[in-house]
Amino acid sequence: MYESMRGFPSSLFGELDRLQREFDDMFGFSGRPASIRSVAPGTYPAINIGNTSTSVEIYAFAPGVDASKVEITLDRGVLTLSGERPNDLPDTNDKVSVYSRERLGGSFRRAVNIPDDVDPEHVNATYRDGVLRISLARHEPAQPKRITVQ
Amino acid sequence: MNEVQQVTDTKQDVTSNAGQDTRALLPRVDVLEDDAGITLLADLPGVPKDHLELKVEGDALVIEGVMAPFTPETLEPVYAEVRLPRYRRSFTLSRELDASRIEANLKDGVLTLRIPKQAHAQPRRISVQVG
Repeated sequence: MYESMRGFPSSLFGELDRLQREFDDMFGFSGRPASIRSVAPGTYPAINIGNTSTSVEIYAFAPGVDASKVEITLDRGVLTLSGERPNDLPDTNDKVSVYSRERLGGSFRRAVNIPDDVDPEHVNATYRDGVLRISLARHEPAQPKRITVQ
Repeated sequence: MNEVQQVTDTKQDVTSNAGQDTRALLPRVDVLEDDAGITLLADLPGVPKDHLELKVEGDALVIEGVMAPFTPETLEPVYAEVRLPRYRRSFTLSRELDASRIEANLKDGVLTLRIPKQAHAQPRRISVQVG
């Protein structure tokens, strides 16, 4: 839903458009292969994954989380990221009107497939400005061996 | 971050021809009101304090933030749920809010705004004179 929330929110066809795109996002994947671990768009936290030649980089957009309480585990090719986003609203009492509650929170867990050439000893995670960056170094590529003919 | 070309991508660009250069994500917000003012909390992950712009233009409050680049140069995207590096959302403030006294706090990607009401707009108890 992060991606489907572009555009002008209150234009005449904006709402209709957004509704259509949300339907497409939810039901438009029939027939196309998707990872068995895919989640619906709009899950917190949103994740971006990229490759460099020496590492796999995962970015989780998780604002408002206590980084020391996030659990990251790598087990048999699956990286799992879990934690909890505490409710940070000011104390509500009877005299508070809530006009909008869009932010997601609570406990979360996301799992990502990781390719086999990743070195589990060299995983690095940092949290800054609400983005958790996990960097997994790949094994050194095997040196090509020259085989001599007897 | 680069746009990711996926099989399912074709439907997106049709509707975003207007304002191509300044497409932005709509950040999620919570808005609460109490007697003294309005509290607004917005999720802006990836935006540091120096890339955040808060503007009040007339009666409109505009929140705009750009993510600081944090990806290595040679990064090849594989899967992206967040595809734009910019957030923007605007709100119309009503007259009894005092825009000149807005307090803002940005921590871990969460922006907290406190917009107090004008002093004269706070609820006052009116006592009735008898006689």
